[in-house]
Amino acid sequence: MKDWRYWLAEQRGTLLALGIFVVMFVIYTSNHPAGFTANVVQTASNKGVLLAFVAMAQTLVVITAGIDLSVGMIFTLTNCLASWLVIGSGIETAFGVIAVLGTGLLCGAINGAIVIYGRLQPIVATIATGAVYFGIALLLRPFPGGSVNEDLADALTGRLFGVVPASLIVLLAVVLIVWVPFSRSVLGRAAYAAGSSEMAAYMSGVPIRRGKFAAYALAGLLAAVGGLFLTFFTYTGDAAYASGNAYTLFSIAAVVLGGVSLFGGKGSAIGAIFGALAFRTIGDLLFVFDFDPLWQPLFQGVILLIAVSLGAFALFRVRNRLEWFL
Amino acid sequence: MSETTIGGIAGRMPKFIRRADPAVLTAFACIVLLLFLGSLYSRSFLSPEYLLQQLKVASFLGVIATGMMLVILLGQIDLSVPWSVAVGAMMASAVAAFGPAGVALAIPFGIFCGVAIGVVNGIGVAYLRIPSMIITLATNAVAQGLMVVYTGGFSPQDSSTGAMRYLATGFAIPGVPNAVIIWALIGAAMVFVLTRTSFGRAVYGIGNRERAAYLSGIDTRRVVMIAFAISGGLSAFGGVLLAGYASKAAQSMGDAYLLPSIAAVVLGGTSILGGRGSYLGTVAGVILITLLQSILSVMQMPEAGRQIVYGVVIVAMLLLYGRAPASR
Repeated sequence: MKDWRYWLAEQRGTLLALGIFVVMFVIYTSNHPAGFTANVVQTASNKGVLLAFVAMAQTLVVITAGIDLSVGMIFTLTNCLASWLVIGSGIETAFGVIAVLGTGLLCGAINGAIVIYGRLQPIVATIATGAVYFGIALLLRPFPGGSVNEDLADALTGRLFGVVPASLIVLLAVVLIVWVPFSRSVLGRAAYAAGSSEMAAYMSGVPIRRGKFAAYALAGLLAAVGGLFLTFFTYTGDAAYASGNAYTLFSIAAVVLGGVSLFGGKGSAIGAIFGALAFRTIGDLLFVFDFDPLWQPLFQGVILLIAVSLGAFALFRVRNRLEWFL
Repeated sequence: MSETTIGGIAGRMPKFIRRADPAVLTAFACIVLLLFLGSLYSRSFLSPEYLLQQLKVASFLGVIATGMMLVILLGQIDLSVPWSVAVGAMMASAVAAFGPAGVALAIPFGIFCGVAIGVVNGIGVAYLRIPSMIITLATNAVAQGLMVVYTGGFSPQDSSTGAMRYLATGFAIPGVPNAVIIWALIGAAMVFVLTRTSFGRAVYGIGNRERAAYLSGIDTRRVVMIAFAISGGLSAFGGVLLAGYASKAAQSMGDAYLLPSIAAVVLGGTSILGGRGSYLGTVAGVILITLLQSILSVMQMPEAGRQIVYGVVIVAMLLLYGRAPASR
């Protein structure tokens, strides 16, 4: 096989997610009353990147064959924290941003430490830490409120040169600064190896513990970027249990749509980003077709159900029944 | 749960202690510790009325945790508990609005809806081989969507039937709340199923190694599906009882039961990887969680503090005895 065919096989999930997203977005804009304008694209991208950041965070953990059910709560916690700290003069704002991102990194590191060094199951451990993070968020913001540096917020949720949504540029920057170096580093490869076969990776001397720890910690950081963006988008902090839970759920849906294997070791954050954008666009399709917004949760749930059932097609390729049982 | 019944208490105790799971003993020790701490705070903690009240509150969680335990014993997890509970409560209350026949069918129909959710979960996990964590999250979202469409986004106006209220708050035997009796009956049935039937042994077998269970002739997929259906049904029944207790259903009534039900099972020494655990441990876990919640609310801890203490206690206790073996 030629090199490009290997590349194509590796990127199949990502390209499929890109394809779904493009088709959905074309349907969306062609039926939108305002059509394909800079405004429509800006609003769509602002909503989309929130989920894209959380989905990237989920991808990092899912690649290690784990799961982080606290991403939505880290997202909520950093949103509440940003509504206190990211305010005032330039330097104060900068420190606020650093503090918020640092908090996210710390939350992720705590998850990683409990799962890897405490040897607890990721599901139970992250549900429990998620409760803690939500409790802290509720302490910070018992009622919705707070404010944010509006100049920065408007700059990052506005448009660059009048056409390109600034949020997409930030997303691209985060991909280039966090994801690309991580996935090419030894730690990133270790995270993939740990997800693919932890025992084999351990036997080959791959630093699986450090790799997994880095994945969990960076997941916290990425969720914090999402929380920061939510603050820029809404100008307030709000410790909403339902919204945090919904983001956790949607991040899993986006990861699945983006071709990342839930059994670990396969997929990329780029795919998850397109999965997130596609998921958001599908959810918004209801609005352009004038459905009652009440139907949106059901619609999104059904899409989620279909998306996760798609993986079952792989069963048709199984020759030996014993391979049903992993 | 297979202690011998021959011999006096003196002859039984050492054997009982020798056989008992250290996790179960730790959980019971923590219950005693919590009661002791509570009694330092207020005398009324050790009064029979208070303890019976706690047992009654615990029985709702106990019914839900029973189903969760069955699924966790398989090495799976059921994250659709929140909306299975709400669906059970809402559908039972909704049917009750359709005349006398509706009132009679309210409880069975509520449970039936929960079983339906469980069957979808079971088909996804057993036949489509979707990870249980994912498919149950998805069915939870669909159930939520259905209920939002049905209720219009508000808590429904229908109220629970007299039978539901009687089951949750009545006293068939003077002094013992009905909810506690129901929990005891369901618990006894679960102990019987787990220890005395081939289905129960199959559940433990699949939890240990599904491949081995399959090769020894167990229809593992059917067992997994039935287990999920039972879990869904018990969650919905818990919802029915809760609706009877609060006399109506509410939108997010089930949210408060997901983490506690998993925590109760896991704190009771059942391995989250499946195949190991006893119902006695789950009972201890349920009582432990309920006491913890009660003490936090008696101390007038705000919701935020409760969530934090709760998460920290669960992680701390799991670190004490729930750790996976180190890789070698």
